[in-house]
Amino acid sequence: MSHDWPLWEVFIRSRGGLGHKHVGSVHAPDSELAVRHARDVYTRRLEGVSIWVVRSSDIVASDPEQAGPMFEPAESKVYRHPTFYDIPDIVKHI
Amino acid sequence: MSPSLPIIQPEDEAKADRVQGGSYHAPEAVEWHPALFDYLLRLGDDSLILGQRLTEWCGHAPALEIDLSLANIGLDLIGQATFFLNLAGEVENAGRDGDKLAFHRDVLAFRNCLLVEQPNGDFAQTIARQFLFSTCQLALFQGLVGSNEPRIAEIAAKAVKEVRYHAELSAEWVIRLGDGTDESRQRMIDGLDWFWRFVDEMFEMDELEADLVAAGIAVDRTQLRCGFDIRVQQVLREATLPLPEYPRAIRGGRTGHHSEHLGHLLATMQFLPRTYPDAVW
Repeated sequence: MSHDWPLWEVFIRSRGGLGHKHVGSVHAPDSELAVRHARDVYTRRLEGVSIWVVRSSDIVASDPEQAGPMFEPAESKVYRHPTFYDIPDIVKHI
Repeated sequence: MSPSLPIIQPEDEAKADRVQGGSYHAPEAVEWHPALFDYLLRLGDDSLILGQRLTEWCGHAPALEIDLSLANIGLDLIGQATFFLNLAGEVENAGRDGDKLAFHRDVLAFRNCLLVEQPNGDFAQTIARQFLFSTCQLALFQGLVGSNEPRIAEIAAKAVKEVRYHAELSAEWVIRLGDGTDESRQRMIDGLDWFWRFVDEMFEMDELEADLVAAGIAVDRTQLRCGFDIRVQQVLREATLPLPEYPRAIRGGRTGHHSEHLGHLLATMQFLPRTYPDAVW
């Protein structure tokens, strides 16, 4: 049955204030059931407070073969890391 | 000469205190109360037996996602059963806890309705049973949240959110199967037809429950019927499904007159604890 169903990517917000994070995918016949399937598969142990699903076919991805020109230039730019700043203790999730 | 008043006995004082809510303190152990015990068995056994049925799907469902959905519902139900049966054991006060009541009770002593013990059939039949049961159970638990018996109210309050999800998920599936392919539609029709005869029993009242309703402990099931019918009609209309004709209703589960299916289910469920009574895990 699941072979007839499109694939949906699942994103979960683990708690308020955090962003949605990709956790995996589910098969489902439509978006509403995709949310329910995501709930039943990925939030059984209180992992989330919010769910997003998106059709896998709607995701536009970077080309793995272009990984070199895409990502390697950033390797030598250590000064882009914010490690040169003092972060106050009250700032979380940075 | 003024009329003489009856002599006040010490037990009358205690009674008066109880009525006024004065110095009377409820004892720790609940008084043995056969009607309440039986009512808790009905609530607990409905959840237990359907939970056990749903776990039969584990590893066999049409898709991994459905496997988990059905197992989740089954586990919710077994959780409810644990609360109700443990409380039943407390009320009975004869040394039996929830496990003892679940695994060491014979088929004639079970008080679940006939609907929950019916075989799973195909996925559509399982969904039909779940939709009818959860829609009824949701209304029942919404009522029990206001029960005078605080421990029943507490269990219902916890379970009502779970049950709302069960009712919604199964309704979604009724709509998708009913309004799906020719085959899914036919299977959904067959599934509802099969379970329709067990609907009346879920709303049946007897003297035992009527007494508990009068005491503010139980919910009058007949009052839930109208809302149930409206919801079922609404979902079936959206699913483009015909309303099944009511066949002659079958009942008897509440008094221990079960179909042949329950004995087989219990044989599987109770085998291990009965063979190895001291087994722990």
